Amino acid sequence: MRFIEIKDCYKVYKNGVAAIAGLNLNINKGEFVFVIGASGSGKSTLIKMLYREEKPTKGIVEIGGINVGKLRNRTVYKLRRKLGIVFQDFKLLPKLTVYENVAFALECLGMKGSEIRPKVIKALDHVGLKDKLRSFPNELSGGEQQRVCIARAIVNNPKLLICDEPTGNLDPKTSKGIMEVLDTINKELGTTIIMATHDKEIVNRMKKRVIVLDSGVLSEDHEKGRYKASESI
Amino acid sequence: MKAFRIIGRSIRDSFKSVFRNFSLSIASILCTTITLVLVAIAIIVTVNVNHITKDMEEELTIVVYADKDTTDERLKEIERDIKKLSTVASVDAKSKEEWRLEMQSYSETLNTTLDYLEENPLLDSFIVTVKNVDDLRPTALEIRDFANIESANYGEGMVEDIISVFDIIKTVTVIMVIALIVVTAFLISNTIKLTIFSRRSEIEIMRLVGSSNTSIKLPFVFEGFLLGILGSIVPIIVMIYGYLIMYEEITSSSSFSIIDLVSPMPFVLYTSLILLLIGSVVGMFGSARAVRKYLKI
Repeated sequence: MRFIEIKDCYKVYKNGVAAIAGLNLNINKGEFVFVIGASGSGKSTLIKMLYREEKPTKGIVEIGGINVGKLRNRTVYKLRRKLGIVFQDFKLLPKLTVYENVAFALECLGMKGSEIRPKVIKALDHVGLKDKLRSFPNELSGGEQQRVCIARAIVNNPKLLICDEPTGNLDPKTSKGIMEVLDTINKELGTTIIMATHDKEIVNRMKKRVIVLDSGVLSEDHEKGRYKASESI
Repeated sequence: MKAFRIIGRSIRDSFKSVFRNFSLSIASILCTTITLVLVAIAIIVTVNVNHITKDMEEELTIVVYADKDTTDERLKEIERDIKKLSTVASVDAKSKEEWRLEMQSYSETLNTTLDYLEENPLLDSFIVTVKNVDDLRPTALEIRDFANIESANYGEGMVEDIISVFDIIKTVTVIMVIALIVVTAFLISNTIKLTIFSRRSEIEIMRLVGSSNTSIKLPFVFEGFLLGILGSIVPIIVMIYGYLIMYEEITSSSSFSIIDLVSPMPFVLYTSLILLLIGSVVGMFGSARAVRKYLKI
């Protein structure tokens, strides 16, 4: 079942740089997709268009039937409530505990305290941090901080999880743990995951769909793909 | 219910933020306090100047003297003609005999002197009150043009001087109050701007997890409101006690007996409400300005 549809999509920035130049792409519900490509290939722009941080200059970006490009600024929040976003730099609030950081996402949506608690505990259980509820981000390792970020992203049961180089700041062993968490979420919750990455190891080991971008266009699309040995991305 | 929870959360966040950025909040509160103290002084001055002017205006009259040999019939005609003027509120005729009796009652010397004279040297007169203080001069001039009028005076010069001084005082205080309110709004706006910058990452996360624009902006608007309210507490206390003490001092002192101040109740209550209102509105306006300008979401 098609979940994301990108048709004849272009994104030209004000300075004239064409980050996406005629991209066509379909992603089905429940898929786990890696987006790879060299710096400047348009990975980040694609990711930003998916959560409507950037608008396409031309073409259609549709998620679950919503034309993201047509959304007005004041209604973007409706889209984001259906998404979870994980960043390379975690974006945790240092003065809040692990529990508070995850609960923050639900509090912002005006959810009741009694509804928030079980959801937060469940999300932290998914990422294996149930015993770190009261820790502050600076008391956690990089991998643990990223797990908190993932828990925050999935706490509202999003249909789509967008990950922008989530293992970029982590060592290989920790990265492997994070990928296991993401894989579990994908399999157990059926969440569609799109992950931009540079990490060869991960892409080769996970054997998921791989989309390669080159100068803003789709250059390769492989089911159970992998980094080619010759590629130096 | 959801909207109430979001409002509740915004209020909680605004309180947190006031204490989190304590030094900045104190600076804003102090600025609001100073401004509102000056606003309170300006209100007290304006209201009392108005009160005194009104009292004076009510007492201002034109005294019209008829010529010495004016007949009784002509005097009645003059009274009728004055009453016909659209600017005139009332006319009281006072005959020369009435004047004589009144003056004789003032002192024994006057009594003897007036008795000694065979003919009453005084003139028949009319005490004219006008509807509006600005009508004094044109009405007096018009009456002077009537036949058999010796004079029509209203204290030229002094009245105009007092009224123009009061007008200047009122204008200056109003301009001062407006300027101070604008300065306070800018200061609060600046505080909120710094709060926005200090909470950048929080705002970014709120956007990413799907907070609506309103729920992101609301805590900042509440914060401005709160700063305005906190800033108006001291001025209200200072104004209430200050005015009560001043009123007590002035009304009990014989040197100031000419000054009739506005009674403290309910004046101080209304002024307190005005200060609270100015503080909160200026606070909200200042923060709304900062939110509009610096919170790009």
